Amino acid sequence: MGFWDVIAGRSRPKAPQLDSLFAVPSAAITLETTLGLRPTGSGSVCYRAASGQAFRQVQAEVVELLNADPDEPDVEVSQDEFGFSWLVVHGDPDDPAALCTDLHAVNTSLEEHEFGSGLLCSLIPFVGADGRRVGLVYLYKRGTFYCFAPQPGLGAGEKQRDNLLELQLRDTLAGELPMEQDLGRWLAIWGAPGL
Amino acid sequence: MARTRFVGDAGLTARMTLVMFLLGGLFVALVVVLMSLFWSAGGVGIAVLIGVGGLGLVWFQWYKSDTVAMKAMGAREVSPEQAPELHTMIDRLCALADMPKPRVGIADTDLPNAFATGRSPQRSVVVVTTGILKRLNAEELEGVLAHELSHVAHRDVLVMTFASSAGILAGMLTRGAQYGAIFGGGRRDNNNGGLPIWLVVLLVSLVTYAVSFVLLKLLSRYRELSADRAGAYLTMKPEALASALQKITGEINTIPDRDLRASQAMNAFFIAPAVRGVSLRTLTSTHPTLEQRLEQLAKVRAELDRTA
Repeated sequence: MGFWDVIAGRSRPKAPQLDSLFAVPSAAITLETTLGLRPTGSGSVCYRAASGQAFRQVQAEVVELLNADPDEPDVEVSQDEFGFSWLVVHGDPDDPAALCTDLHAVNTSLEEHEFGSGLLCSLIPFVGADGRRVGLVYLYKRGTFYCFAPQPGLGAGEKQRDNLLELQLRDTLAGELPMEQDLGRWLAIWGAPGL
Repeated sequence: MARTRFVGDAGLTARMTLVMFLLGGLFVALVVVLMSLFWSAGGVGIAVLIGVGGLGLVWFQWYKSDTVAMKAMGAREVSPEQAPELHTMIDRLCALADMPKPRVGIADTDLPNAFATGRSPQRSVVVVTTGILKRLNAEELEGVLAHELSHVAHRDVLVMTFASSAGILAGMLTRGAQYGAIFGGGRRDNNNGGLPIWLVVLLVSLVTYAVSFVLLKLLSRYRELSADRAGAYLTMKPEALASALQKITGEINTIPDRDLRASQAMNAFFIAPAVRGVSLRTLTSTHPTLEQRLEQLAKVRAELDRTA
């Protein structure tokens, strides 16, 4: 915030950064070759839905747009317990580029109608040969990525992250994606769709 | 799109800037008057001493604001393990606003309240009371937290402490002038024939204090409205903050819940609301009235609701 914004007591909504998402397909290849993690084919965008008719209309347009293509499977919207909406796109596991294009379409639609400030993160889940799931998370406001790896084989109520794997993934992807350097921003997203 | 959804409130900004300008002017005027007074009386050393002391106090208030406020409220800091929901909520709001996460505190009191303090966004703390946690649902609590985080982002502690420096200095001078009256009153004053200097200082500082008191309260109300506005845009749910405010202010909403048909028979006995507008209460209150705040939130909501 600038000096004048402080004086005026005004915070401008932070605009999202979208460009880095297109680097995901090449990072997906790296993940597959080095760690055997494959894209699951789905991906999601997490955002805060504004109250009111305007936002509902935009969201309906996005879902309609993505569902209109007969080759692409469905798109669904769900709510989480923190009041954020997840728009899940199901695509082809072998074509992460198409998935990224779809996710980007969601972002640009929201931004066009000036709801871009409500974008929280994007999640692209990966699955290993042993079935363990790892999420590649994109923070819109920072324009950076981090990995979220829930510890597999835990009971229903237990929540534990595999920090070592997450750090390893950061180092693996550091050359290809802008990784989030501040570990405090690596927020857990328990129960996110696809994980 | 021609017009952005996130319009600032130009009128609010203009009024706020004017008040801050007046407060700054008041401070300068006070210093100038005092300097000239002490200069003529030959006591510049004392004037500088008082000035440095006053500003030191202002600086200390700001620098130690987090610890002092937390002690005053009996609040304790909580870790993510102790209050996971609260922390996750703040985590997400900070990610939305792209700001550093403040420390989180809880005060064990049934009074529904929340506050944010700290010398900078990096060293700030957001405190909620157990009373507010009990009364509000998750959505409403999020609205309140977004309001407090906006205070942090707007650096309201810094702004308000700066703005209060004239008042603090005047307060110190009033006290000093009283001592002057006790110890110096018996002596013959050397400013030829006029009022004794301690009396002039007392009068000047009392007037300064009174003016700065009213202006500060006005500024505080504007800052609250700004934080409401920014918070509502952050969560994109102005109605959540509105319902939280209705619950915690304890003020009776001007918009009644009663059914119109049910109250027909009683209407004759109702006393019309007293003169609206300026009253002593609205002049000295640090927060705007519920009505003003709801009106502004309704505007935010209309802005979000506007289809292209």
